[in-house]
Amino acid sequence: MAARVASRTVRGDLAVAASEPSSSLWRETGRRFRRHRLAVIGTVVLLAMVVAVLAGPLVWRHPINAIDFKAKLKAPSWSHPLGTDDLGQDILARMLYGGRISLAVGIAAMLIAISIGTAIGATSGYVGGVLDHTLMRVTDMFLSLPGLPLLLLIVYLFRDALRKALGPEVGVFILIVAVIGGLRWMPVARLVRAQFLSLREKEFVESARSLGAPPLRQVIRHILPNSMGPVIVAGTIDVAAAIIAESTLSFLGLGFPPDIPTWGRILYDAKDNLDFAPHWAIFPGTAIFLTVLSINYIGDGLRDALDPRKVLGK
Amino acid sequence: MSKYLLRRTLTSIPVLAGISAVLFTILALAPGDPFEELATNPNVPAEVRMNLRAKFGLDDPLPLRYARWVVSMMRGDWGFSFVSRVNVDTLILQRLPTTLFVLGSALVLAILIAIPIGTYSALRPYSIFDQAATTLAFIGFSLPTFFTGLLFILLFSIHLDWLPFIYRADISATGWRWYWEHVRQAIMPVAVLGLFQAASMTRFMRAAVLDVIRLEYVNTARAKGLSEGVTLVKHVVRNALIPVVTLVALQIPNIFGGAIVTEQIFRVPGIGSLLIASILANDTPVVMAVTFIFSCLVVASNLAADLLYGWLDPRISYR
Repeated sequence: MAARVASRTVRGDLAVAASEPSSSLWRETGRRFRRHRLAVIGTVVLLAMVVAVLAGPLVWRHPINAIDFKAKLKAPSWSHPLGTDDLGQDILARMLYGGRISLAVGIAAMLIAISIGTAIGATSGYVGGVLDHTLMRVTDMFLSLPGLPLLLLIVYLFRDALRKALGPEVGVFILIVAVIGGLRWMPVARLVRAQFLSLREKEFVESARSLGAPPLRQVIRHILPNSMGPVIVAGTIDVAAAIIAESTLSFLGLGFPPDIPTWGRILYDAKDNLDFAPHWAIFPGTAIFLTVLSINYIGDGLRDALDPRKVLGK
Repeated sequence: MSKYLLRRTLTSIPVLAGISAVLFTILALAPGDPFEELATNPNVPAEVRMNLRAKFGLDDPLPLRYARWVVSMMRGDWGFSFVSRVNVDTLILQRLPTTLFVLGSALVLAILIAIPIGTYSALRPYSIFDQAATTLAFIGFSLPTFFTGLLFILLFSIHLDWLPFIYRADISATGWRWYWEHVRQAIMPVAVLGLFQAASMTRFMRAAVLDVIRLEYVNTARAKGLSEGVTLVKHVVRNALIPVVTLVALQIPNIFGGAIVTEQIFRVPGIGSLLIASILANDTPVVMAVTFIFSCLVVASNLAADLLYGWLDPRISYR
């Protein structure tokens, strides 16, 4: 029903005039996105997760660090829907709270990766010449850096200093987000550069240039908005990759401290009790898996929806 | 071909130099004294620490320290592990074969799964087989290796009790039994890593075969009477592999990340678990050396990917 209404408005818009090309373009994209059934399911699941971690702690008012040895390592029950850990702490409450951090890390790291990648890719593609060559060599070099070992090395070397300077939570958060984002901008830079190389020769940019638009205006008003399609897809996938990176760090015991129970951290604590309390590991692991799977499907749906080759076909 | 090989090898030298500069800068920027451990250790007198500082020239300007570091790395002087009390290179050489064995087996497993499934999916796009394979691939690369590892332990070690979940280097059995024990303990780490790689590789393979299969030369190959099998293997798959190699090469750093996690979960005595153990024990020389080894492995596998291009598409090596 919603799809039909949307398509009718698109047709209506086109019939009236092409006065609002941008809004109808986005509506068209939305219509194509909704055709990807799994992407829609992914969006619903992800939104449910976001609502759960944002509103959940207000509804499920169990403290995350209430220790109760009488109820330790209990399987799921009515008083503890997802069971308890070895200190008798409620796993649901910890997951709802930790999920906020896990998702926030994913989004913040993605924003950093996209900002750096777009800046470098745009400079490289627009300016060209020696600068382009140098920036691309730097990008290639970053692409051959071993991600996780380097992440571990940086966290190892800088963790204590940042923790002292900014406090345990903020310090570790900033460090992890900056390092994950700072090691994931390269694909975005390459995509943006490729888009810029082809777009800067297009007629609409040429006409803007001949009308006297200064370079910055050409880039921001004309080239950048048209090169955002692949960046949006890459950014979506980056959120998933950043969530996995943070969980991996926490799972190795080198991410957030135990009082910040991100999903990876809960798994780290759970892994030595796998034989008595499998629920302790299965719930946070499933949360990570479902989030990442939903984001990957959303990325796939966006890729189909934003692919200009498909606009003519359908 | 040998000229191409030489050129590719030479271009990886500046990359290695860049990586080593990045690593060294990170270490130099890091707060704290590399000999902090010795300072708090009452068994080490202060003059020993001062001598060490002088030996490593810690108070010299940065570029000089970097140059000296590179020279000593190249001479094989990788420092001394604070914790294990042996030279770092000995420690790493003990551990490296295990890591390479697990990584190599996982790569072989991934190739054996991904190429046939990806090709078959592309030959029958949107069939039930293709949809099942695509869904499984999506699930496969959305499942983080640490969770797959735990699920495998839960299912195969705890529930079914088929496989051991701790990797042991010192198996006492002899003869065939020794080999069997080794294979048995390697199954789970190799499967976790291999399936993770196979998932994304299958998708790359499917997309690449779909692109190639419509091209004219495939029609030509069929028209001149080649059997379907020969057309598929020599014309379709071989050409489809070129973009797949590119994409897999870009994934290599991720694969090493997965290897660290797998080694940690199954306690495989490789360089990945050595890295984690040294980080937890503040053993800086080992941490630096293992990170550098991982960088070398990444560069080496990119080089291997380049050589593979030259073999898949001979035109590349003549350019």
